[in-house]
Amino acid sequence: MPELTHRTPLHLCPLGDSAVVLQFGDEINLETHYRLRAVTQALEQRPFPGLVEFVPAYTTLTVYYDPWELSQHGKTDAYAEVVRQLEVLVELAAHFEPSPARLVELPVVYGGAYGPDLEEVATHAGLPTDEVVRLHSSGSYQVYMIGFTPGFPYLGGMDDRIATPRKTNPRTSIPAGSVGIAGAQTGVYSLSTPGGWQLIGRTPLTLFDPDRETPSLLQAGDEVRFIPISEEEYLERKEGQA
Amino acid sequence: MSIKVNKPGLLTTVQDIGRYGYQKQGVPVSGAMDKVALRIANVLVGNPEEAAALEICMQGPELQFNQDTVIALAGADLSANINEKPVRLWRPVLVQAGSLLRFGKPVYGTYAYLAVAGGIDVPEVMDSRSTYTRAGFGGLEGRALQSGDNLPLGKSSETGKLLLSDLLLQHNKEDQFTEASWSPDPELLPTYEPNPVLRATGNLEYNWFSENSRGYIWHENYKLLPQSDRMGYRLQGTKLALEERRELLSTAVSFGTVQVPPQGQPIILMADAQTTGGYPRIIQVIAADLPKLAQVQPGGIIRFKDTGLEEAQQLYYQQERSLLALQQAIKFKLYQV
Repeated sequence: MPELTHRTPLHLCPLGDSAVVLQFGDEINLETHYRLRAVTQALEQRPFPGLVEFVPAYTTLTVYYDPWELSQHGKTDAYAEVVRQLEVLVELAAHFEPSPARLVELPVVYGGAYGPDLEEVATHAGLPTDEVVRLHSSGSYQVYMIGFTPGFPYLGGMDDRIATPRKTNPRTSIPAGSVGIAGAQTGVYSLSTPGGWQLIGRTPLTLFDPDRETPSLLQAGDEVRFIPISEEEYLERKEGQA
Repeated sequence: MSIKVNKPGLLTTVQDIGRYGYQKQGVPVSGAMDKVALRIANVLVGNPEEAAALEICMQGPELQFNQDTVIALAGADLSANINEKPVRLWRPVLVQAGSLLRFGKPVYGTYAYLAVAGGIDVPEVMDSRSTYTRAGFGGLEGRALQSGDNLPLGKSSETGKLLLSDLLLQHNKEDQFTEASWSPDPELLPTYEPNPVLRATGNLEYNWFSENSRGYIWHENYKLLPQSDRMGYRLQGTKLALEERRELLSTAVSFGTVQVPPQGQPIILMADAQTTGGYPRIIQVIAADLPKLAQVQPGGIIRFKDTGLEEAQQLYYQQERSLLALQQAIKFKLYQV
Protein backbone atom coordinates (compact mmCIF):
# COMPACT_ATOMS: atom_id res chain seq x y z
CA MET A 1 0.00 0.00 0.00
CA PRO A 2 1.58 3.31 -1.03
CA GLU A 3 2.17 5.70 1.84
CA LEU A 4 -0.07 8.75 1.59
CA THR A 5 1.47 12.00 2.65
CA HIS A 6 0.36 15.59 2.84
CA ARG A 7 1.78 15.98 -0.62
CA THR A 8 -0.65 13.47 -2.14
CA PRO A 9 -2.57 15.50 -4.69
CA LEU A 10 -6.07 16.35 -3.65
CA HIS A 11 -8.83 16.28 -6.23
CA LEU A 12 -11.91 18.46 -6.13
CA CYS A 13 -14.81 17.46 -8.34
CA PRO A 14 -18.42 18.58 -8.62
CA LEU A 15 -21.21 16.21 -7.47
CA GLY A 16 -23.96 17.82 -9.52
CA ASP A 17 -24.66 21.54 -9.30
CA SER A 18 -24.84 21.84 -5.49
CA ALA A 19 -21.92 19.86 -4.07
CA VAL A 20 -18.15 19.53 -4.27
CA VAL A 21 -16.27 16.34 -3.43
CA LEU A 22 -12.77 16.51 -1.97
CA GLN A 23 -11.08 13.24 -2.85
CA PHE A 24 -8.13 12.27 -0.63
CA GLY A 25 -6.56 9.37 -2.53
CA ASP A 26 -8.51 6.16 -3.02
CA GLU A 27 -7.49 3.82 -0.24
CA ILE A 28 -8.74 3.42 3.30
CA ASN A 29 -5.91 4.22 5.69
CA LEU A 30 -5.24 6.18 8.85
CA GLU A 31 -3.17 8.89 7.21
CA THR A 32 -5.99 9.76 4.79
CA HIS A 33 -8.47 9.58 7.65
CA TYR A 34 -6.48 12.03 9.82
CA ARG A 35 -5.99 14.42 6.95
CA LEU A 36 -9.68 14.32 6.07
CA ARG A 37 -10.54 14.89 9.73
CA ALA A 38 -8.32 17.97 9.89
CA VAL A 39 -10.07 19.49 6.87
CA THR A 40 -13.48 18.63 8.35
CA GLN A 41 -12.52 20.40 11.58
CA ALA A 42 -11.29 23.42 9.65
CA LEU A 43 -14.63 23.53 7.81
CA GLU A 44 -16.55 23.29 11.10
CA GLN A 45 -14.57 26.20 12.50
CA ARG A 46 -14.74 28.35 9.39
CA PRO A 47 -17.98 27.73 7.50
CA PHE A 48 -18.30 29.91 4.38
CA PRO A 49 -21.43 31.70 3.12
CA GLY A 50 -23.57 29.31 1.10
CA LEU A 51 -22.33 26.18 2.94
CA VAL A 52 -25.27 23.82 3.58
CA GLU A 53 -23.62 20.76 5.18
CA PHE A 54 -20.88 18.20 4.66
CA VAL A 55 -20.46 14.42 4.76
CA PRO A 56 -17.10 12.82 5.58
CA ALA A 57 -16.58 9.30 4.20
CA TYR A 58 -13.60 6.90 3.85
CA THR A 59 -11.59 8.98 1.39
CA THR A 60 -13.96 11.81 0.52
CA LEU A 61 -15.40 14.90 2.11
CA THR A 62 -18.53 15.99 0.28
CA VAL A 63 -19.51 19.60 0.78
CA TYR A 64 -23.07 20.69 -0.08
CA TYR A 65 -23.62 24.33 -0.96
CA ASP A 66 -26.42 26.55 -2.18
CA PRO A 67 -25.36 28.18 -5.48
CA TRP A 68 -28.28 30.63 -5.28
CA GLU A 69 -27.14 31.95 -1.93
CA LEU A 70 -23.61 32.41 -3.29
CA SER A 71 -24.96 34.22 -6.34
CA GLN A 72 -26.86 36.53 -3.97
CA HIS A 73 -23.49 37.32 -2.38
CA GLY A 74 -22.26 38.45 -5.79
CA LYS A 75 -20.37 35.23 -6.58
CA THR A 76 -21.36 34.58 -10.17
CA ASP A 77 -19.36 31.36 -10.50
CA ALA A 78 -20.58 29.51 -7.40
CA TYR A 79 -18.55 26.35 -8.03
CA ALA A 80 -15.27 28.22 -8.50
CA GLU A 81 -15.96 30.18 -5.32
CA VAL A 82 -16.59 27.02 -3.25
CA VAL A 83 -13.45 25.40 -4.66
CA ARG A 84 -11.48 28.51 -3.74
CA GLN A 85 -12.88 28.48 -0.18
CA LEU A 86 -12.09 24.78 0.21
CA GLU A 87 -8.54 25.16 -1.09
CA VAL A 88 -7.95 27.78 1.59
CA LEU A 89 -9.32 25.42 4.25
CA VAL A 90 -7.17 22.54 3.03
CA GLU A 91 -4.11 24.76 3.22
CA LEU A 92 -5.11 25.88 6.70
CA ALA A 93 -5.75 22.30 7.84
CA ALA A 94 -2.27 21.24 6.73
CA HIS A 95 -0.86 23.63 9.34
CA PHE A 96 -2.92 22.96 12.37
CA GLU A 97 -2.84 20.12 14.84
CA PRO A 98 -6.22 18.36 14.71
CA SER A 99 -7.77 17.90 18.15
CA PRO A 100 -7.31 14.34 19.44
CA ALA A 101 -10.02 11.78 18.66
CA ARG A 102 -12.85 11.55 21.16
CA LEU A 103 -12.77 8.11 22.84
CA VAL A 104 -16.14 6.36 23.15
CA GLU A 105 -16.41 3.11 25.11
CA LEU A 106 -19.17 0.76 24.06
CA PRO A 107 -20.08 -1.86 26.68
CA VAL A 108 -20.96 -5.14 24.95
CA VAL A 109 -22.44 -8.39 26.19
CA TYR A 110 -20.86 -11.01 23.94
CA GLY A 111 -22.39 -14.31 22.81
CA GLY A 112 -25.55 -16.15 23.82
CA ALA A 113 -28.84 -14.69 22.61
CA TYR A 114 -27.10 -11.32 22.18
CA GLY A 115 -24.46 -12.65 19.83
CA PRO A 116 -25.93 -15.73 18.15
CA ASP A 117 -23.07 -15.96 15.61
CA LEU A 118 -20.16 -15.85 18.06
CA GLU A 119 -19.67 -19.63 17.70
CA GLU A 120 -19.70 -19.38 13.91
CA VAL A 121 -17.07 -16.63 13.97
CA ALA A 122 -14.95 -18.70 16.39
CA THR A 123 -15.24 -21.79 14.18
CA HIS A 124 -14.32 -19.78 11.10
CA ALA A 125 -11.31 -18.27 12.89
CA GLY A 126 -10.30 -21.62 14.42
CA LEU A 127 -10.21 -19.94 17.86
CA PRO A 128 -12.10 -20.45 21.12
CA THR A 129 -14.96 -17.98 21.62
CA ASP A 130 -13.18 -16.24 24.55
CA GLU A 131 -10.29 -15.50 22.25
CA VAL A 132 -12.63 -13.95 19.65
CA VAL A 133 -14.09 -11.76 22.42
CA ARG A 134 -10.60 -10.88 23.68
CA LEU A 135 -9.41 -9.90 20.20
CA HIS A 136 -12.55 -7.91 19.41
CA SER A 137 -12.52 -6.04 22.71
CA SER A 138 -8.79 -5.33 22.89
CA GLY A 139 -8.69 -3.35 19.65
CA SER A 140 -9.04 0.36 19.14
CA TYR A 141 -11.31 1.31 16.25
CA GLN A 142 -11.68 4.46 14.18
CA VAL A 143 -15.07 5.73 13.08
CA TYR A 144 -14.31 6.37 9.40
CA MET A 145 -17.80 7.51 8.58
CA ILE A 146 -21.47 7.37 9.53
CA GLY A 147 -23.88 6.13 6.87
CA PHE A 148 -26.11 3.28 5.65
CA THR A 149 -28.71 4.13 8.32
CA PRO A 150 -28.83 7.06 10.77
CA GLY A 151 -26.02 6.64 13.31
CA PHE A 152 -24.44 3.53 11.75
CA PRO A 153 -20.63 3.66 12.19
CA TYR A 154 -18.21 2.26 9.63
CA LEU A 155 -15.35 1.13 11.86
CA GLY A 156 -11.77 0.37 10.89
CA GLY A 157 -9.13 -1.46 12.87
CA MET A 158 -10.47 -4.96 13.47
CA ASP A 159 -7.99 -7.82 13.94
CA ASP A 160 -7.87 -9.81 10.68
CA ARG A 161 -7.89 -13.10 12.60
CA ILE A 162 -11.61 -12.71 13.36
CA ALA A 163 -12.68 -11.58 9.88
CA THR A 164 -15.70 -13.66 8.81
CA PRO A 165 -17.83 -13.50 5.65
CA ARG A 166 -21.42 -12.24 5.89
CA LYS A 167 -24.20 -14.74 6.49
CA THR A 168 -25.50 -16.42 3.37
CA ASN A 169 -29.08 -15.78 4.53
CA PRO A 170 -29.49 -12.25 5.87
CA ARG A 171 -31.78 -11.85 8.88
CA THR A 172 -35.02 -9.95 8.32
CA SER A 173 -34.67 -8.00 11.55
CA ILE A 174 -31.64 -7.30 13.70
CA PRO A 175 -32.10 -5.55 17.06
CA ALA A 176 -30.57 -2.08 17.39
CA GLY A 177 -27.28 -2.20 19.29
CA SER A 178 -26.19 -5.53 17.76
CA VAL A 179 -22.44 -5.74 17.20
CA GLY A 180 -21.48 -7.59 14.05
CA ILE A 181 -18.69 -8.65 11.75
CA ALA A 182 -18.83 -8.56 7.94
CA GLY A 183 -15.60 -9.58 6.24
CA ALA A 184 -12.80 -7.53 7.78
CA GLN A 185 -15.23 -4.90 9.12
CA THR A 186 -16.97 -4.60 12.42
CA GLY A 187 -19.93 -2.34 13.17
CA VAL A 188 -22.95 -1.74 15.36
CA TYR A 189 -26.54 -1.69 14.06
CA SER A 190 -27.90 1.73 15.02
CA LEU A 191 -31.50 0.90 14.16
CA SER A 192 -33.43 -2.32 13.94
CA THR A 193 -33.04 -3.28 10.27
CA PRO A 194 -32.57 -6.39 8.12
CA GLY A 195 -28.94 -7.37 7.67
CA GLY A 196 -26.38 -10.04 6.92
CA TRP A 197 -23.62 -9.37 9.44
CA GLN A 198 -22.40 -12.05 11.86
CA LEU A 199 -23.75 -10.99 15.24
CA ILE A 200 -21.34 -11.46 18.15
CA GLY A 201 -22.85 -9.27 20.87
CA ARG A 202 -24.99 -6.30 21.77
CA THR A 203 -24.48 -2.93 23.45
CA PRO A 204 -27.08 -1.44 25.80
CA LEU A 205 -26.25 2.06 24.53
CA THR A 206 -28.58 3.78 22.08
CA LEU A 207 -26.53 4.56 18.96
CA PHE A 208 -29.18 6.75 17.43
CA ASP A 209 -31.88 8.73 19.21
CA PRO A 210 -33.68 11.33 17.06
CA ASP A 211 -34.70 13.29 20.16
CA ARG A 212 -31.18 13.59 21.58
CA GLU A 213 -29.37 16.89 20.98
CA THR A 214 -26.74 15.02 18.99
CA PRO A 215 -28.76 12.08 17.71
CA SER A 216 -25.82 9.89 16.64
CA LEU A 217 -23.75 8.60 19.59
CA LEU A 218 -20.72 8.25 17.32
CA GLN A 219 -19.28 10.77 14.86
CA ALA A 220 -16.76 10.32 12.07
CA GLY A 221 -13.32 10.77 13.63
CA ASP A 222 -14.16 9.18 17.00
CA GLU A 223 -12.17 6.30 18.47
CA VAL A 224 -14.17 3.34 19.77
CA ARG A 225 -13.36 0.57 22.25
CA PHE A 226 -15.60 -2.36 23.10
CA ILE A 227 -15.79 -3.26 26.82
CA PRO A 228 -17.10 -6.76 27.64
CA ILE A 229 -19.92 -6.75 30.22
CA SER A 230 -22.15 -9.42 31.76
CA GLU A 231 -25.78 -10.01 30.89
CA GLU A 232 -26.77 -8.56 34.32
CA GLU A 233 -24.85 -5.38 33.59
CA TYR A 234 -26.43 -5.20 30.13
CA LEU A 235 -29.93 -5.47 31.57
CA GLU A 236 -29.17 -2.93 34.31
CA ARG A 237 -27.85 -0.40 31.83
CA LYS A 238 -30.72 -1.04 29.46
CA GLU A 239 -33.19 -0.38 32.29
CA GLY A 240 -31.27 2.67 33.42
CA GLN A 241 -31.97 4.21 30.03
CA ALA A 242 -35.70 3.49 29.98
CA MET B 1 -57.33 23.77 15.11
CA SER B 2 -56.96 20.45 13.38
CA ILE B 3 -57.90 18.39 10.35
CA LYS B 4 -59.36 14.94 10.78
CA VAL B 5 -58.12 12.06 8.63
CA ASN B 6 -61.07 9.87 7.63
CA LYS B 7 -59.07 7.81 5.13
CA PRO B 8 -55.28 7.98 4.82
CA GLY B 9 -54.79 7.40 1.07
CA LEU B 10 -51.89 5.39 -0.35
CA LEU B 11 -48.99 7.26 1.28
CA THR B 12 -49.75 10.62 2.80
CA THR B 13 -46.98 12.11 4.92
CA VAL B 14 -46.09 15.42 6.54
CA GLN B 15 -43.14 16.98 4.67
CA ASP B 16 -41.41 20.34 4.76
CA ILE B 17 -38.42 21.70 2.84
CA GLY B 18 -36.13 19.04 4.34
CA ARG B 19 -33.81 18.16 7.21
CA TYR B 20 -30.42 19.74 6.57
CA GLY B 21 -27.26 19.52 8.66
CA TYR B 22 -27.62 15.92 9.88
CA GLN B 23 -26.35 13.94 6.89
CA LYS B 24 -22.97 13.51 8.58
CA GLN B 25 -24.87 11.56 11.25
CA GLY B 26 -26.38 9.36 8.55
CA VAL B 27 -29.74 11.17 8.54
CA PRO B 28 -31.32 11.61 5.08
CA VAL B 29 -32.54 15.05 4.02
CA SER B 30 -36.11 13.87 3.27
CA GLY B 31 -38.66 16.68 2.76
CA ALA B 32 -40.94 17.14 -0.23
CA MET B 33 -40.21 15.17 -3.40
CA ASP B 34 -41.29 18.27 -5.38
CA LYS B 35 -39.92 21.13 -3.31
CA VAL B 36 -41.05 23.80 -5.77
CA ALA B 37 -44.70 22.69 -5.53
CA LEU B 38 -44.43 22.60 -1.72
CA ARG B 39 -42.96 26.10 -1.61
CA ILE B 40 -45.61 27.54 -3.93
CA ALA B 41 -48.46 25.87 -1.99
CA ASN B 42 -47.10 27.42 1.22
CA VAL B 43 -46.75 30.87 -0.31
CA LEU B 44 -50.37 30.68 -1.55
CA VAL B 45 -51.69 30.29 2.01
CA GLY B 46 -49.37 32.88 3.54
CA ASN B 47 -46.97 30.40 5.15
CA PRO B 48 -43.18 30.60 5.14
CA GLU B 49 -42.24 28.62 2.03
CA GLU B 50 -40.38 25.96 4.04
CA ALA B 51 -43.44 25.13 6.24
CA ALA B 52 -44.80 21.60 6.71
CA ALA B 53 -47.61 20.47 4.42
CA LEU B 54 -49.14 17.16 3.42
CA GLU B 55 -47.48 15.21 0.63
CA ILE B 56 -50.04 13.04 -1.11
CA CYS B 57 -48.90 10.16 -3.32
CA MET B 58 -51.15 9.03 -6.22
CA GLN B 59 -54.25 8.05 -4.21
CA GLY B 60 -55.29 10.86 -1.93
CA PRO B 61 -56.79 10.76 1.55
CA GLU B 62 -60.22 11.86 2.76
CA LEU B 63 -59.85 14.83 5.09
CA GLN B 64 -62.47 16.56 7.21
CA PHE B 65 -62.14 20.24 8.08
CA ASN B 66 -63.56 21.23 11.44
CA GLN B 67 -63.26 24.98 10.97
CA ASP B 68 -63.08 27.46 8.11
CA THR B 69 -59.59 26.94 6.69
CA VAL B 70 -57.49 28.39 3.87
CA ILE B 71 -55.71 25.71 1.83
CA ALA B 72 -53.81 25.47 -1.45
CA LEU B 73 -53.09 22.45 -3.62
CA ALA B 74 -50.03 22.18 -5.84
CA GLY B 75 -47.97 19.61 -7.73
CA ALA B 76 -49.73 16.54 -9.14
CA ASP B 77 -53.37 16.77 -10.24
CA LEU B 78 -55.05 13.98 -8.29
CA SER B 79 -58.63 15.14 -9.00
CA ALA B 80 -59.11 16.93 -5.70
CA ASN B 81 -62.71 17.72 -4.82
CA ILE B 82 -64.50 19.31 -1.91
CA ASN B 83 -67.91 17.82 -1.18
CA GLU B 84 -67.67 16.29 -4.64
CA LYS B 85 -67.11 19.53 -6.51
CA PRO B 86 -63.73 19.79 -8.26
CA VAL B 87 -61.26 22.24 -6.78
CA ARG B 88 -58.46 23.91 -8.71
CA LEU B 89 -54.74 23.69 -8.01
CA TRP B 90 -52.33 26.59 -7.55
CA ARG B 91 -54.67 29.04 -5.81
CA PRO B 92 -55.86 29.83 -2.28
CA VAL B 93 -59.14 28.11 -1.37
CA LEU B 94 -61.40 28.74 1.60
CA VAL B 95 -62.83 25.46 2.89
CA GLN B 96 -65.92 25.81 5.06
CA ALA B 97 -66.10 23.98 8.40
CA GLY B 98 -67.56 20.49 8.04
CA SER B 99 -66.38 20.01 4.43
CA LEU B 100 -64.72 16.89 3.09
CA LEU B 101 -61.68 17.02 0.82
CA ARG B 102 -61.29 13.91 -1.31
CA PHE B 103 -59.21 12.87 -4.28
CA GLY B 104 -59.96 10.83 -7.39
CA LYS B 105 -58.04 9.59 -10.37
CA PRO B 106 -54.48 10.86 -10.88
CA VAL B 107 -54.58 13.12 -13.97
CA TYR B 108 -50.90 13.99 -14.08
CA GLY B 109 -47.97 13.76 -11.70
CA THR B 110 -47.34 11.59 -8.64
CA TYR B 111 -47.05 13.87 -5.61
CA ALA B 112 -49.62 16.52 -4.68
CA TYR B 113 -49.11 19.03 -1.88
CA LEU B 114 -51.77 20.34 0.43
CA ALA B 115 -50.67 23.43 2.33
CA VAL B 116 -52.86 24.75 5.11
CA ALA B 117 -52.64 28.28 6.51
CA GLY B 118 -50.54 27.98 9.66
CA GLY B 119 -48.82 24.79 8.49
CA ILE B 120 -49.06 21.28 9.96
CA ASP B 121 -47.90 21.76 13.54
CA VAL B 122 -46.19 18.47 14.39
CA PRO B 123 -43.08 18.65 16.62
CA GLU B 124 -39.75 19.38 14.96
CA VAL B 125 -37.25 16.54 15.02
CA MET B 126 -33.70 17.61 14.15
CA ASP B 127 -34.98 21.02 13.01
CA SER B 128 -37.54 19.62 10.55
CA ARG B 129 -41.11 18.31 10.50
CA SER B 130 -40.46 15.98 7.55
CA THR B 131 -41.44 12.34 8.00
CA TYR B 132 -38.75 9.71 7.51
CA THR B 133 -40.76 6.52 7.73
CA ARG B 134 -37.80 4.12 7.39
CA ALA B 135 -36.40 5.16 10.76
CA GLY B 136 -39.79 6.23 12.16
CA PHE B 137 -39.17 9.85 13.07
CA GLY B 138 -40.51 13.26 12.07
CA GLY B 139 -43.99 14.11 10.83
CA LEU B 140 -46.87 12.51 12.66
CA GLU B 141 -45.24 9.90 14.94
CA GLY B 142 -42.70 9.07 12.24
CA ARG B 143 -45.25 7.39 9.98
CA ALA B 144 -47.69 7.93 7.12
CA LEU B 145 -51.20 9.13 8.03
CA GLN B 146 -53.74 6.64 9.33
CA SER B 147 -57.54 6.79 9.62
CA GLY B 148 -58.58 8.64 12.74
CA ASP B 149 -55.49 10.87 12.93
CA ASN B 150 -55.93 14.51 13.82
CA LEU B 151 -53.50 16.88 12.17
CA PRO B 152 -52.66 19.82 14.44
CA LEU B 153 -52.46 23.18 12.66
CA GLY B 154 -50.21 26.09 13.51
CA LYS B 155 -51.15 29.75 13.79
CA SER B 156 -51.92 31.58 10.56
CA SER B 157 -49.58 34.36 9.53
CA GLU B 158 -50.94 37.90 9.05
CA THR B 159 -51.05 37.16 5.31
CA GLY B 160 -52.97 33.97 6.01
CA LYS B 161 -55.50 35.86 8.12
CA LEU B 162 -55.90 38.47 5.40
CA LEU B 163 -56.54 35.71 2.86
CA LEU B 164 -59.16 34.16 5.13
CA SER B 165 -61.06 37.41 5.68
CA ASP B 166 -60.82 38.29 1.99
CA LEU B 167 -62.17 34.90 0.93
CA LEU B 168 -64.89 34.98 3.61
CA LEU B 169 -66.19 38.22 2.07
CA GLN B 170 -66.63 36.48 -1.28
CA HIS B 171 -67.91 33.27 0.27
CA ASN B 172 -71.43 31.98 -0.26
CA LYS B 173 -72.28 29.43 2.45
CA GLU B 174 -74.14 27.17 0.02
CA ASP B 175 -70.98 26.71 -2.03
CA GLN B 176 -69.06 25.22 0.94
CA PHE B 177 -65.76 26.43 -0.54
CA THR B 178 -64.50 29.50 -2.37
CA GLU B 179 -61.51 29.66 -4.67
CA ALA B 180 -59.57 32.87 -4.94
CA SER B 181 -60.48 34.69 -8.14
CA TRP B 182 -56.80 34.91 -9.05
CA SER B 183 -53.92 32.48 -9.42
CA PRO B 184 -50.26 33.11 -10.24
CA ASP B 185 -49.09 33.77 -13.78
CA PRO B 186 -48.79 30.28 -15.34
CA GLU B 187 -45.33 31.34 -16.59
CA LEU B 188 -44.16 31.19 -12.98
CA LEU B 189 -45.61 27.74 -12.28
CA PRO B 190 -43.73 24.47 -12.88
CA THR B 191 -44.62 22.34 -15.87
CA TYR B 192 -44.69 18.57 -15.73
CA GLU B 193 -44.37 16.04 -18.51
CA PRO B 194 -45.24 12.34 -18.42
CA ASN B 195 -42.11 11.49 -20.44
CA PRO B 196 -39.58 14.21 -19.65
CA VAL B 197 -36.09 14.90 -20.87
CA LEU B 198 -34.12 15.58 -17.68
CA ARG B 199 -30.97 17.63 -17.75
CA ALA B 200 -28.00 16.11 -15.94
CA THR B 201 -24.28 16.58 -15.40
CA GLY B 202 -21.63 13.87 -15.69
CA ASN B 203 -20.87 12.43 -12.26
CA LEU B 204 -17.74 11.30 -10.44
CA GLU B 205 -17.57 7.76 -11.82
CA TYR B 206 -18.86 8.70 -15.30
CA ASN B 207 -15.54 7.73 -16.86
CA TRP B 208 -15.59 4.31 -15.17
CA PHE B 209 -18.39 3.30 -17.56
CA SER B 210 -17.76 1.76 -20.96
CA GLU B 211 -17.93 4.05 -23.96
CA ASN B 212 -21.16 2.33 -25.04
CA SER B 213 -22.74 2.86 -21.63
CA ARG B 214 -21.78 6.55 -21.66
CA GLY B 215 -23.61 6.77 -24.99
CA TYR B 216 -26.68 4.87 -23.76
CA ILE B 217 -27.26 7.09 -20.75
CA TRP B 218 -27.65 10.16 -23.00
CA HIS B 219 -29.50 8.56 -25.88
CA GLU B 220 -31.60 5.64 -24.71
CA ASN B 221 -35.06 5.65 -23.11
CA TYR B 222 -35.36 4.56 -19.50
CA LYS B 223 -38.71 3.48 -18.10
CA LEU B 224 -39.67 4.32 -14.51
CA LEU B 225 -40.57 1.09 -12.70
CA PRO B 226 -43.44 0.77 -10.19
CA GLN B 227 -40.93 -0.39 -7.51
CA SER B 228 -39.98 3.25 -7.07
CA ASP B 229 -40.48 5.22 -3.87
CA ARG B 230 -39.34 8.28 -1.92
CA MET B 231 -35.87 6.74 -1.57
CA GLY B 232 -35.16 5.84 -5.18
CA TYR B 233 -36.65 5.76 -8.67
CA ARG B 234 -35.76 2.49 -10.38
CA LEU B 235 -35.27 2.62 -14.12
CA GLN B 236 -35.30 -0.03 -16.80
CA GLY B 237 -33.58 0.28 -20.15
CA THR B 238 -30.36 -0.64 -21.90
CA LYS B 239 -28.01 -2.05 -19.27
CA LEU B 240 -25.01 0.01 -18.23
CA ALA B 241 -21.63 -1.54 -17.53
CA LEU B 242 -18.26 -0.45 -16.20
CA GLU B 243 -15.25 -0.55 -18.52
CA GLU B 244 -13.60 -2.90 -16.02
CA ARG B 245 -14.59 -4.27 -12.60
CA ARG B 246 -13.94 -1.62 -9.94
CA GLU B 247 -15.11 -1.20 -6.38
CA LEU B 248 -16.18 2.18 -5.04
CA LEU B 249 -15.58 2.96 -1.38
CA SER B 250 -18.78 4.17 0.29
CA THR B 251 -19.17 7.90 -0.31
CA ALA B 252 -21.84 10.60 -0.38
CA VAL B 253 -24.89 10.43 -2.62
CA SER B 254 -27.81 12.85 -2.83
CA PHE B 255 -31.23 13.60 -4.34
CA GLY B 256 -30.64 13.37 -8.10
CA THR B 257 -27.63 11.00 -8.03
CA VAL B 258 -28.00 8.31 -10.70
CA GLN B 259 -26.19 5.22 -9.43
CA VAL B 260 -25.71 1.92 -11.20
CA PRO B 261 -25.68 -1.34 -9.22
CA PRO B 262 -23.87 -4.36 -10.76
CA GLN B 263 -27.03 -5.62 -12.54
CA GLY B 264 -26.73 -2.54 -14.78
CA GLN B 265 -30.12 -0.83 -14.36
CA PRO B 266 -29.82 2.71 -13.00
CA ILE B 267 -31.49 4.03 -9.84
CA ILE B 268 -32.08 7.74 -9.29
CA LEU B 269 -31.86 8.62 -5.61
CA MET B 270 -34.74 10.74 -4.36
CA ALA B 271 -35.73 12.82 -1.31
CA ASP B 272 -35.21 9.98 1.22
CA ALA B 273 -31.83 9.03 -0.33
CA GLN B 274 -29.45 7.37 2.10
CA THR B 275 -26.53 9.70 2.87
CA THR B 276 -23.82 7.42 1.49
CA GLY B 277 -23.71 4.65 -1.07
CA GLY B 278 -21.27 2.33 -2.76
CA TYR B 279 -22.49 2.10 -6.37
CA PRO B 280 -20.76 4.06 -9.15
CA ARG B 281 -22.46 7.38 -9.87
CA ILE B 282 -22.84 7.91 -13.61
CA ILE B 283 -24.72 11.22 -13.77
CA GLN B 284 -26.54 13.70 -11.52
CA VAL B 285 -29.91 15.23 -12.42
CA ILE B 286 -29.68 19.02 -12.11
CA ALA B 287 -31.39 20.62 -9.10
CA ALA B 288 -33.81 22.60 -11.29
CA ASP B 289 -35.19 19.40 -12.87
CA LEU B 290 -35.78 17.45 -9.63
CA PRO B 291 -39.45 18.56 -9.38
CA LYS B 292 -40.09 17.36 -12.93
CA LEU B 293 -38.39 14.06 -12.09
CA ALA B 294 -40.38 13.57 -8.88
CA GLN B 295 -43.66 13.93 -10.77
CA VAL B 296 -43.01 11.19 -13.36
CA GLN B 297 -45.51 8.37 -12.95
CA PRO B 298 -44.46 4.70 -13.01
CA GLY B 299 -44.32 3.63 -16.66
CA GLY B 300 -43.13 7.09 -17.72
CA ILE B 301 -40.18 7.25 -20.11
CA ILE B 302 -37.18 9.32 -19.06
CA ARG B 303 -34.35 10.57 -21.20
CA PHE B 304 -31.28 12.45 -20.01
CA LYS B 305 -29.63 15.45 -21.63
CA ASP B 306 -25.98 16.33 -21.05
CA THR B 307 -25.77 19.76 -19.45
CA GLY B 308 -22.84 21.82 -18.23
CA LEU B 309 -22.44 22.76 -14.58
CA GLU B 310 -22.70 26.47 -15.31
CA GLU B 311 -25.90 26.06 -17.29
CA ALA B 312 -27.33 23.86 -14.52
CA GLN B 313 -26.69 26.60 -11.98
CA GLN B 314 -28.18 29.26 -14.26
CA LEU B 315 -31.34 27.15 -14.55
CA TYR B 316 -31.45 26.87 -10.78
CA TYR B 317 -31.14 30.66 -10.42
CA GLN B 318 -33.98 31.04 -12.92
CA GLN B 319 -36.16 28.79 -10.79
CA GLU B 320 -35.36 30.78 -7.65
CA ARG B 321 -36.06 34.07 -9.43
CA SER B 322 -39.47 32.72 -10.56
CA LEU B 323 -40.29 31.79 -6.98
CA LEU B 324 -39.34 35.27 -5.79
CA ALA B 325 -41.46 36.86 -8.53
CA LEU B 326 -44.35 34.62 -7.53
CA GLN B 327 -44.07 35.67 -3.89
CA GLN B 328 -44.07 39.33 -4.87
CA ALA B 329 -47.06 38.85 -7.18
CA ILE B 330 -49.06 37.19 -4.40
CA LYS B 331 -48.19 39.91 -1.90
CA PHE B 332 -49.26 42.47 -4.46
CA LYS B 333 -52.61 40.70 -5.01
CA LEU B 334 -53.27 40.48 -1.30
CA TYR B 335 -52.42 43.97 -0.25
CA GLN B 336 -54.31 45.45 -3.19
CA VAL B 337 -57.70 44.34 -1.89
